[in-house]
Amino acid sequence: MAKIRKSEKRDMPTINTASLPDIIFMLLFFFMTVTSIKEVTYKVRFIPPEATELQKLEKKSLVRYIYIGTPTEEYRKAYGSETRIQLDDAFADVSQIEDFIVRERESMDEDEKNLMTVSIKADKDTRMGIIADLKQALRRAYALKISYAAVERTSY
Amino acid sequence: MERKKRKVPEINASSMADISFLLLIFFLVTTSMSVDKGLSRRLPQPLPPDAEVEATKIKERDIFVVKINSMNQLLVEGKEMNVRNLRAAAKEFIENPENADNLPVKFQEEIPGLGLVEYTKDHVISVQNDVDTQYQAYLEVQNELVAAYNELRNEYAMKRFGKTYSELDEDTQKAIQKLYPQKISEAEPKNYGGNK
Repeated sequence: MAKIRKSEKRDMPTINTASLPDIIFMLLFFFMTVTSIKEVTYKVRFIPPEATELQKLEKKSLVRYIYIGTPTEEYRKAYGSETRIQLDDAFADVSQIEDFIVRERESMDEDEKNLMTVSIKADKDTRMGIIADLKQALRRAYALKISYAAVERTSY
Repeated sequence: MERKKRKVPEINASSMADISFLLLIFFLVTTSMSVDKGLSRRLPQPLPPDAEVEATKIKERDIFVVKINSMNQLLVEGKEMNVRNLRAAAKEFIENPENADNLPVKFQEEIPGLGLVEYTKDHVISVQNDVDTQYQAYLEVQNELVAAYNELRNEYAMKRFGKTYSELDEDTQKAIQKLYPQKISEAEPKNYGGNK
């Protein structure tokens, strides 16, 4: 026979939330370790090209970035919509790249200097002229390890 | 004298979760999840300014010319080609499986760790692009060429050791790298009647 329900009003058992902060902290630490703080604010807009044979850039401290793309909306008035190069936080010219590399290399540890990698983050619609100029500048500055930033291609 | 045990007042920790949530959200906003990936390449040494451009002594059969024009079309060894077929063509060129006359010369050589092997020692892949070539097209070509090398290395590792290339130890990887040396040369940029 079925049990007869007690008509008495039952209390909702309170959920113990004492471990909630610990869980959130764990999440926090997870995110802190797997992510990296944004290097710069982008002044150029770029959509990376697609490729399949990608390699991860190992040590972040050895990598320097060069961005190439068209200026974002807010800078278009001042700089036009031609493809530009961005170094650190400012627009730059190809002639400044050598100085930039030399300066960056100066600030690195002695034994890491020849491990420096330059990551070229260029928009996929960039014309090769500017990239050829950039590569020549990098060669003159002896920054020979480069990496063309790209995203994994999912389909043809 | 007997001391009365005093109760330690409990700290109210219920806001702890909120605080950590706030921190979490702050980090989510300021950091970027993107892992940096890219196609790694090595640039050639810079030419000394007074150096004369040496007349290249590379034989015609040893060189594989890939040209990309301003319309992103490919001309491979004088023939038009789709980028999707480039990988297979490059593999055939590097490997020269049938010892054909128009493909690179094969040399027999002793490579430590592999023994006596036959391989195309002097082959060169030359990539030439126009000033107006699109970056994506250029990178696709580079990607296919690197993929051709990677596939060859992997196939060899599979055939010889029954493992993928990345599973092998460092010395063997080096030996296979010597067997299939990545020789992608990029011409000194020329201005093909451009506007500069």
